[in-house]
Parts: sequence; C-alpha cells; structure tokens
Amino acid sequence: MSDIEIRDVSLVYDTPSGPVKAIDSASIRIAASGFLCVVGPSGCGKSTLLNLVAGFLSPTSGEIKIGGRPVTGHGMDRGVVFQDFAQLFPWRTALGNVAFGLEMKGVGKEEREKIALSHLALVKLEKFAHSYPHHLSGGMQQRVAIARALAYNPSVLLMDEPFAALDALTRDAMQRLLAEVWRATRKTVIYVTHNVAEAVYLADRVVVMTPHPGRVKIELPITLPRPRDPLSVEFLQCQKDLLRHLGSETTAPDEPEICNDGAQP
Amino acid sequence: MTSSPERWRMIGRATVTLLTAAALYEAMAQSGIFPAVLVPTLPKVAHTLLSLFSDGTMLRHAFYTLARVIFGFALAIAVGLPLGILMGRIRAVENFVLPLASALMPIPSLAWVPVFILWFGLGDTVAILIVFYAAMFPMLLNTWTGVRAVNPLWLRAAGAMGADENALFWKVIIPGASPFIITGLRQAFQRSWIAVVGAEMLAASDWGLGWIIFDAKEFLNADVMMASLAVIGGIGYAFERLVFGSLERVTVLRWGMVRAAKS
Repeated sequence: MSDIEIRDVSLVYDTPSGPVKAIDSASIRIAASGFLCVVGPSGCGKSTLLNLVAGFLSPTSGEIKIGGRPVTGHGMDRGVVFQDFAQLFPWRTALGNVAFGLEMKGVGKEEREKIALSHLALVKLEKFAHSYPHHLSGGMQQRVAIARALAYNPSVLLMDEPFAALDALTRDAMQRLLAEVWRATRKTVIYVTHNVAEAVYLADRVVVMTPHPGRVKIELPITLPRPRDPLSVEFLQCQKDLLRHLGSETTAPDEPEICNDGAQP
Repeated sequence: MTSSPERWRMIGRATVTLLTAAALYEAMAQSGIFPAVLVPTLPKVAHTLLSLFSDGTMLRHAFYTLARVIFGFALAIAVGLPLGILMGRIRAVENFVLPLASALMPIPSLAWVPVFILWFGLGDTVAILIVFYAAMFPMLLNTWTGVRAVNPLWLRAAGAMGADENALFWKVIIPGASPFIITGLRQAFQRSWIAVVGAEMLAASDWGLGWIIFDAKEFLNADVMMASLAVIGGIGYAFERLVFGSLERVTVLRWGMVRAAKS
C-alpha cells in the first residue's frame, strides 16, 4: 500500500466574478494503510481536495504524491467511490460493473469474473452478481461501487460521502462493512464526509476543514480501539471534540480532550 | 414487462379501434355516395391484396422498397451515429456541423428528388439517397443529444478505472447514450419509410410500393392503391413494434434506463 503526501496544495477557480480560492495551501500526510476522514461544512473544499488526489483536477500550486510518485491525472493506483448511486453503469450487471477496471487492464474474461466475484463476496453481494443496478437498493449499489473500486487492486481508495444518501440504519451497516473491508484489504483510504459520527467510527485520523477559502484547520488522531462502539463514552467525547473544532457546538474551551485515550500514534 | 393478461387487453383494445375504423370505411364504400371504382369495398381490396401476393408481384415490390430503405438507413446510421458522437464530444465538430445540419434539416427530403434525378438519373440511387437524407438528421441529432446527456459520473468512474478514449467510446458513451440512439433509430426508420414511398413515386421505375401506387392511378386501380397502402402500413408497423420494440426491451428497458409507462 502507498502513503499519500499532499504538500502545500492550493486550487484557484476562475469564475466570472474573478478568481476564487477553493483550497488554500493544504498539507496532509497519510501513512500507508491509514484511514483519513476529511470533515467540514459544505463548500469547505473537501470534495475538491479528493478530486485533486483522484486526479480529476490539477492543483494551481503545490504537489500531491502517492507512494512517492507525483499525481498527474487519474490512474489505476486509485479507486474512487462517489456519493451518487448513479455512478454504476446501468447497462452492466453488478459483476460486469465490478469487472470493468480489470477489463481495462486487459485481464482475461474468466480471470476477471473470478476476481470480481470475490470482491462482490467481500461486500456480501455475490448472490446479486447477475442483477442490474436498477434492481438493487441504494445501499447495495454503493457496495457494488466499493467492490468495483477495489477490484483492480488500487493501493488507495478515495471515497466522497459514499453513504450520505442512505437511510440511517443502512448507513450504520455500511460503515461496519467498510471498516471490515478496510481491515481485510489494508488500503490507504481518504474518506470525505460531513457526518462527525461516521468520521469517528471509521478514521485513524480526522482532518477538519474550514470554508472560504478551504483550509486545514486541525488534524485529530482517533485511537479508540476497534471495533468501535458508537455508544461508548469515549466515542461520544470524540464526537464532541470534533464538533467543537467544527465550531458547531458550544462547549467550554477548557474542557479536557480525552479523545486520544492518552495514546499518541 | 407487461404481464400477459395485460398484453391481451392491449391487443383487444387495439383490435376494437381498428375494427371500428374499418367498419366506418366499409359503410362509406357501401353507401354509394362515391363511385365504387374510386372507393373499393374492403373485401375487394382484400381480394386484390391476396392475388397480388399470390402471383408474387407484391412481395417483389415490397422487397425493392425495403432494400432501398435498408441501404439508405444503413448509410444514415454509418454517417449520423459517429458524426453525432463526435459532435457531442468535440466542440470544433459541433461548431462545424450544427449550422449545416440546421440549414439542411428543414428542407423536406422529397424536395431534393428532382435535383437528384438531374444528378443521378431515375432509379435506385435517387431513392437510396433520399432515404439517407431523411434518416440522417434524426439519427444525428438524437445521437448528439444522447452523448451530451451521458452522466458525467460514468465518464469519471470509467476514467478512474483506466478506460482510454476507445473504451470510453464503445463501453460507456454508446451504451450511455443508448436511449437516445434507439429513439434516433426509430425516428430515422419512420422518416425513411415515409421518404422512400415518395421517392419511388417520382424516381423509381417498375418496382416499389410507391411506384405501384402511382402507376395504379393511371388505370384507376383504387383497389391496388389501397392494397399497397395496407402493405406499406403493415411493414412499417412490424418494424416499429417487432424490430425497435424488441431492441428497446433487450437493452434500455432491461437496464432500467427507460421505464415502461404506468397504466
């Protein structure tokens, strides 16, 4: 697996009313096999940051390196999962969707179907291999999308609010599943969300971003033991800390932070 | 997918409509208001139709017409489909082709027949080119729209999975635009079928469904004309329902990209 280095990255959009700074000199390092959540209010540039790492956008200044190699355009070292269920190809079955990346790599039909099926099994959908996406629920479609992003074995998984459009119960189940998948595959993950509980449940480290322009406000390690219990006192305390940094909760500033369990990574 | 009792009800309703129309026509033909030669009764038309089929002439006429349509239609797909895709993908192609298409499209294809006759003489070439002209624009415009309507997320996802231009074209853009492309094929075929009959009336000789109608006029053979019209309608209907209906069922309907109408 590869580490990711985002060094001094800025992005300026040209709009009719002049240049707008979407991201202002962001620097983040993610260790190989780390799970980083990027949290922030809408418009803070967190999705833009992900798109930069994915290579869909190029930074105005600064540099992004994955495994020591600078990012130029998209590449097969990264798998991407979007928020929109419509990301799957409706004309392909679940299996056909998951096999797409392998097909692009030139893997033979039998081999790629075997690999695709094993990745569908990873997200517990092997029974639906031959279903078309429109016959699957939203949660199932997102699981197919995760399997699809993993199937061609990228070292990095980039996820842009993949569970934001799901109902709360399904979302909980999906978070558990993703934590399992991450443990099994040890990919380096960047996961964008505006859901604080989700970030605390999934992440090794959380980056909080602030808008206008998008800046990294703070990085918090989360060292709660896994599997995490979202109802434990420590978990709730972590959420509280995170919310305070997001500026959406009024707690006394002198309240001690116990989020890190005392143990620094 | 319609369940089978639903399907039978649909066929039943269509039959009622058609029978009512046939009965009205028959009443008019029997009434004697119009000369019987000009408005033949349905049994007479049916009899003529049968005899034209049994001596093989009707099949031959239909075959010629169908062959002209298929050549012209295929040519229109061969040009309209790739050009429409290029227009949707490359701004320069769009800028170049769109004004041309906008200028040529409103000209009825039949208006070109005399010009084409001067250029190519009477015969198949003119009919095929007229079909091509009529089918080309629906194909082009629908494909162009379809390509622009392809969900950008599919392109992004495919790009992230290492798809090159070639793979994007065949494995994302064409299937992604397929609801529009199929509509384009349907409209193009309808236009072809309409255009070929007109072209044959003016430019064909000896064979073709359009020609037989025009020829029958000379001899006041209204029954032949009605019989030919029935064949033209029948073949057009068969293509629409069987060919394009099936194409839609095995592709975009199956993929959930378009839905069957609710009752």
